[in-house]
Amino acid sequence: MQDVYRTSNSLTKNTMHYCPGCAHGIIHKLVAESIDELGIREKTIGVAPVGCAVLAYNYFNIDCVVAAHGRAPAMATGIKRVHPDRIVFTYQGDGDLASIGAAEIVHAAMRGEKITVIFVNNAIYGMTGGQMAPTTLVGQKTTTSPYGRQVEHCGSPIRIAEMLSTIPGAYSVSRVTVTTPANLMKAKKTIKRAFQNQIDGKGLNIVEVLSTCPTNWGRTPYESMRWVDENMVPYYPLGDFKVPEEAK
Amino acid sequence: MSERKLFKGNEAVAEAAVRAGCRYFFGYPITPQNEIPEYMSRRLPEVGGCFLQAESEVAAINMVYGAASAGARVMTSSSSPGISLKQEGISYIAGSLLSPLIVNMVRGGPGLGDIQPAQSDYFQATKGGGHGDYRLIVFAPASIQEMVDLIYISFETGEKYRMPVMILADGVLGQMMESVEFPAMKEPKDPKSSAYGVTGAQGRPARVVKAFDLDPELMYNLNEKLADTWKKAEESEVRVEEYLMDDAEFALVAYGTSSRICRSVVDKARSEGVKLGLIRPITVWPFPKKAIGKAAGKVRGFLTVEMSLGQMVEDVRLAVDGKKPVYLHAVPGGLIPKRDEVLAQVKSIIQGKGV
Amino acid sequence: MKKVVIDAERCKGCELCVKYCPKQCLDIADSTNSKGYLPAFLAREDDCISCGICGRMCPDSAIEVFKP
Repeated sequence: MQDVYRTSNSLTKNTMHYCPGCAHGIIHKLVAESIDELGIREKTIGVAPVGCAVLAYNYFNIDCVVAAHGRAPAMATGIKRVHPDRIVFTYQGDGDLASIGAAEIVHAAMRGEKITVIFVNNAIYGMTGGQMAPTTLVGQKTTTSPYGRQVEHCGSPIRIAEMLSTIPGAYSVSRVTVTTPANLMKAKKTIKRAFQNQIDGKGLNIVEVLSTCPTNWGRTPYESMRWVDENMVPYYPLGDFKVPEEAK
Repeated sequence: MSERKLFKGNEAVAEAAVRAGCRYFFGYPITPQNEIPEYMSRRLPEVGGCFLQAESEVAAINMVYGAASAGARVMTSSSSPGISLKQEGISYIAGSLLSPLIVNMVRGGPGLGDIQPAQSDYFQATKGGGHGDYRLIVFAPASIQEMVDLIYISFETGEKYRMPVMILADGVLGQMMESVEFPAMKEPKDPKSSAYGVTGAQGRPARVVKAFDLDPELMYNLNEKLADTWKKAEESEVRVEEYLMDDAEFALVAYGTSSRICRSVVDKARSEGVKLGLIRPITVWPFPKKAIGKAAGKVRGFLTVEMSLGQMVEDVRLAVDGKKPVYLHAVPGGLIPKRDEVLAQVKSIIQGKGV
Repeated sequence: MKKVVIDAERCKGCELCVKYCPKQCLDIADSTNSKGYLPAFLAREDDCISCGICGRMCPDSAIEVFKP
């Protein structure tokens, strides 16, 4: 028998704590496969966020730290400045990166930090029980927007990839999703490139991954994937917002 | 042959840290400590280090957290409102058993306060400061030379106990100039040789640096480990200076800038026949409980002199344990105690005319 | 060895593999694993083309795919 698909070496054997069907597990695998294929497992350092992925260090078989809420890009900056020869990445959710950590990601991008950022946007706070996020869609019901998000009350959802692509220091900015096998393969290629760019001494590299929260959305995992395609993608278009020709 | 130089306090702080092997500095501007980051921005590139001005104190302390996690000797400096912002990160750093150096050039508060020297961050520095149970080793120098000497040993002390270290000083010590002799340049440690830092899991199991565990039993264990560490630090790291305490009938207790004034109060009192002494904590955590407890057996009472509404006085009262009265000379808001006013209060207490 | 090897103990029964299988080879079992989830299993191996999609879409690294 020939291997078609096997678990990545950069993942531990630990069973993930994520809810059934949560796309975090899929995205973790894409990150781990990229690390494997680039042969950088022993020189990569991961920065876990606060949120559902706070336990990411249990799953990546690499050196990890756990940052304070939103501060992962600052912590990654400290690590990368000490070890410029290491590959440093943050793995952050939308509450972490787009809300409490908005300043840290903007300034890490401004400085052109030579890091990779995996930004998982599922339009809700998962870990704390489904509260409204800065990326929650207009009209979307959450536990703190029970009547649906209203623009006149709390504004429109923030488009991080578009915003960061205006910053000169951001080297590569893309948005992907994992809702179909084809999208997943594109996401994998983009994530791998975001690591390769760092290996090539370029930064900052961010990949926004549109993701799901079946539990707090009140949908099955498969329905959640469809919900991303039908509701999130129209507001958060997929694609490369800023990728230099030399990196393509 | 020793070489003495006239140095401004803040710049001496920075040079001492470089000589102690610190190669990383992350900070954010705030008065009255700006000469520290300014000096570091010139100096660190000369020695192959990295200075970075962060977007905020919050980011700065988390850069420090990252660099310390990566095994480096790293420091930050700020002043009161900025140190408040850094407390979140300091709590994480303490919980992760890391040992960066944090310098607080205290200014008058609360709130934005003013930019004059104060000692009103004593509680924050010695009782934790942020959330959760943690302590810092806190040095309270009274001269620029002492500040330099303490910074020189601060990284080793912190690394020995795996605790963060704080220099608690103020605008007087930061801004004044004194003659200072710098110790020799220490060879910085290679961060990659760290026994617990994240350096890339090359040929070894992966490491995790964190101040987090969902399992309360594991969090309990971390807290027990911290308590055990504090006990050891309290046994071995207390530093205190006693000035003319041998025959003293009454004692002043003061640290840092206010202790400098208190020395002249003691001298003036002695010249007038009043047997006054001074106990000067050099570490305010661990606090010199024993020295004060011992003095309580022989003096008639204590007067703590603080540039605050009275914070250290509570630790002095705990150390005296009700054996003798403990009075307070409080000068808050960024003002400095006056020698003759302190002496007048001492005399009034001794003569039974009130506090 | 089967073309699709599913670790029933890791599986949380999310059904993503079942839904995404282009040949509808996978089903959900009738009995639970030790954690109480109903795991997926390879019901129609003959139809399986070893494309690997089930493995890639599995969030729990419960599936490995082989080609004869």
